[in-house]
Amino acid sequence: MKLIVNGQERDSAAATLDALWREETAELDLPNTKGFAIALNGKVVRQPDWAKTSLSDDDRVEIIRAFAGG
Amino acid sequence: MTDALTIAGVTLSSRLFIGTAGYPNQRIMVDAIAASGADLVTLSVRRISLQGHGSDTVRLLAGRRFLPNTAGCETARDAILTAQLAREALGTDWIKVEVIGDRETLYPDVGELLAATRELVDDGFVVLPYCNDDPVVCARLADLGAAAVMPMGSLIGSGMGVANPGNLELICARSPVPVIVDAGIGTASDAVIAMECGASGVLLNTAVAKADDPVRMAHAMRYAVKAGWNARQAGRIARRGRAEPSSPQLGLVGS
Repeated sequence: MKLIVNGQERDSAAATLDALWREETAELDLPNTKGFAIALNGKVVRQPDWAKTSLSDDDRVEIIRAFAGG
Repeated sequence: MTDALTIAGVTLSSRLFIGTAGYPNQRIMVDAIAASGADLVTLSVRRISLQGHGSDTVRLLAGRRFLPNTAGCETARDAILTAQLAREALGTDWIKVEVIGDRETLYPDVGELLAATRELVDDGFVVLPYCNDDPVVCARLADLGAAAVMPMGSLIGSGMGVANPGNLELICARSPVPVIVDAGIGTASDAVIAMECGASGVLLNTAVAKADDPVRMAHAMRYAVKAGWNARQAGRIARRGRAEPSSPQLGLVGS
């Protein structure tokens, strides 16, 4: 499936937002999702709904984290 | 002095808000923020990257109140989505709305800022917009339901201080909501001047983060904001163009 994740085209086997989240953050070794959020096609999807949100071709996903800022 | 700052029903323990970006390292950031006495700290929202730098900011600052920003956004639409993502990531409905109209000066795009403020207020956010030091823009933002207005002292990161104290006085005198001077503070005296103009608080980042000794500058800013606030509340003497002896004029020694 072709997705656009954080502005970049990505071929992914992830069927749900939760699967994509695990795929994208595998190397970060995160204790929890605090400080992170996801939007699908311009709408925020709350964390409890990630597992039941399925993905389809050309979906645009934004995965963000809170970062240092002024 | 117990006259604390309250925004949207929340009483803050300090009139100084501080940013979390650009410190030499995270240890110094944490120490500087502690030295500043600020309990409201700003954060940004960015796409994840596996490089992970700055990744522990949220955990390191646990216990502080977060004010996420929409820095870097150029349209109301992007600012609104960024605010909604920040609310989800951090569990706060407070948002510093920043919509930039020009990458060179980082001046706000007023039209987009007003649109974003209107929509975010409707969506239940506590909106603190970064805006021009323009009394009319500040009034419009307050009319739309901004919980505070945050006019620039001068350009972001410039350290030029309060470029137009007259404007700031006007804004503070007329604003129905707290005025927080955001951007341009370079050193402690700039923060004092902002507060003496009638501001309710100061938001700064670079002045502390890029100082030679950030922790010490944070300490200075903590007391500068208090000094300026107390001086404003105390009421300064009138300026006069001639000398007025402060010692008694009777009983002088000699002829």
